[in-house]
Amino acid sequence: MATSTSVPPADGPQDAPADAPGGPGSGGSKDTRQRRRNLFHRLDVGAAPYTFIAPFFVIFAAFSFYPLLYTSWISLHDVELATMDVMVWQGLQNYTELLQDQRFWNAVANTVTIGVISAVPQLLMALGLAHLLNYRMRGSAFFRVAALTPYATSVGAAALVFTMLFERDFGMINWFLSLFGFDNVDWESQKWPAQFAISSIVIWRWTGYNALLYLAAMQAIPKDRYEAAAIDGASRWQQFRTVTIPGIRPTIVFTIVLSTIGSTQLFGEPLIFGQGPNGITGGVNNQYQTLGLLLYEEGWKNYQMGRAATVAWTMFLLLILVFAAQRLIKRLMASRRAPARRSPAPPAPSSPSSSSLSSSSS
Amino acid sequence: MTTETVPGRAEPRKTRPSSAPFPARNRLRLRPRAGRQHHAGPVAYALLIVAALLSVFPLYWTMVAASTDNTRVSQTPPPFLPGPNLFKNLAAAWEDAAMGQALINSTIVAGTIALSTVLFATLAGFAFAKLRFKGRNILMTLVIGTMMVPPQLGVVPLFMMMSELGWGQKLPAVIFPTLVSAVGVFFMRQYLSEALPDELIEAGRVDGAHSLRIFWSIVLPVARPAMAVIFMITFVHAWNDFFWPFIALDMSNPTIPVALTQLSAGYVRDQSVIMAGALLGTLPLLLMFIVFGRQIVGGIMQGAVKG
Repeated sequence: MATSTSVPPADGPQDAPADAPGGPGSGGSKDTRQRRRNLFHRLDVGAAPYTFIAPFFVIFAAFSFYPLLYTSWISLHDVELATMDVMVWQGLQNYTELLQDQRFWNAVANTVTIGVISAVPQLLMALGLAHLLNYRMRGSAFFRVAALTPYATSVGAAALVFTMLFERDFGMINWFLSLFGFDNVDWESQKWPAQFAISSIVIWRWTGYNALLYLAAMQAIPKDRYEAAAIDGASRWQQFRTVTIPGIRPTIVFTIVLSTIGSTQLFGEPLIFGQGPNGITGGVNNQYQTLGLLLYEEGWKNYQMGRAATVAWTMFLLLILVFAAQRLIKRLMASRRAPARRSPAPPAPSSPSSSSLSSSSS
Repeated sequence: MTTETVPGRAEPRKTRPSSAPFPARNRLRLRPRAGRQHHAGPVAYALLIVAALLSVFPLYWTMVAASTDNTRVSQTPPPFLPGPNLFKNLAAAWEDAAMGQALINSTIVAGTIALSTVLFATLAGFAFAKLRFKGRNILMTLVIGTMMVPPQLGVVPLFMMMSELGWGQKLPAVIFPTLVSAVGVFFMRQYLSEALPDELIEAGRVDGAHSLRIFWSIVLPVARPAMAVIFMITFVHAWNDFFWPFIALDMSNPTIPVALTQLSAGYVRDQSVIMAGALLGTLPLLLMFIVFGRQIVGGIMQGAVKG
């Protein structure tokens, strides 16, 4: 380890006075002790940083990174749940079978549609809610905590309650719709109603959380940008579009990334919504089976761990694909808009906002 | 005043060159009243009240359903006011769905994970914020990169690993994989790089303190507010974590979310008992939110702009 080179220069002056008293006058034993202390000190300064960050990397490597790599290895084998130490090489057979499996494409489609109809309204509503929370008002602390209570509810509890609210015969939502003359909807057994119901659980749980992220970013926007816009005669709506949205753009990107990752992993909500065996298959006709559910079904219901690993790996590929597409779209849009928006836009990188946070959020 | 006020922020510190051209703005934003300051009108209040009701209503209704009985829940119009059977149903859920064991397990799991996340995040965050060493920037980028990897993708090998280690259906299987958090490390690094003056560490070194001692007596006291935030947020996440615990544990030894799936899966027929179970599983976190809600909100918002 390159300890000697990495010792910071600030170290030198500290050593000097420490050496001085142990200098020529005093006995030899004290001198060696002093030298040992210096050695210890150098070792400490050199090695301590690595020791401090080691636990994170060791645990991450053992329980996240290694399993991720090993997943791809398993996906090339036939492994059964009951005999997990027996791995039979299969090459790409799991993949070719999966790609020909209609349930796989169904699960991909469901994951994408549920992801879109839960993420888009969720983030738009969060934006609106953040805007409201950003007003100066009484009881703002109460509204913020209230908006965050769904976040404190576990998937299990939230999905159980919503399953009851969406119940066909006595559920509150059908009762409410019947007040307006609608017939009872069989939410679970039909594709789009089921996906809508599942999305509503996701939306309920995460809108408030995202709103707080946006709110934090909004509060970091300098007030004089609004004043400048107001002087230019911008209406409130124009201010929102030209000052607020660009000001919180990094946070918007961040939440899109988060909810994309969340969407590809969707599991608990559809599982519980299906109430029992129906949950794992995502309904009798797989009408709301996501990739997460398919992974579980292959591994822990059909006992095919190799195929489950294949599903996991394709989930990862899907995620990468989505991000690549996102980047591509972003780049295309940027290159198209770049000449037009360079002049008026104030420099709004993510960084300067960070210094203001604590004071504005408390 | 909430905990997240950072002493070091009194004078704006230019950690990044991009903020340098706007010193005046920076100072302005440090005032508590900075930002958008229109007063909320009646429409805004009305919308906020609707939003608050939507947020809280499903939980309220859980309580209502848990306090009536099965026949009342299955009638239309559905009940809107609490009934008399809350404790009876709670007791039934406690027995039917192993909720007692689940509560103990979840407390152990979430508590251990939160404690270790706080400890390791503070150690690593301190190193990344204040110590100089080779490869620091690359390693920090690695930490951030790990956030992009959803842990669920490794469940198949993880499951094999755990059964090999003899941890199948045991709590260590769900504790160990989540003992650290990249978000925690990142959060703590940002916090300490602003809140912990270099001079304090220098002074400690001059006094001959070794790194662990500096960590213990200088860093920890400064880091305490951020540690509290990381603890609470990690606790919430660990308590609610579902996918991996559902795979790793079974009904004989569940955490709360795992036990709740049993309620939904048809073992329990009584709808009020199911809702009582859901209420029981949520209650500890709700109590935490009632007491520390403002701190949690502050912590999430603080992490947001930095993240």
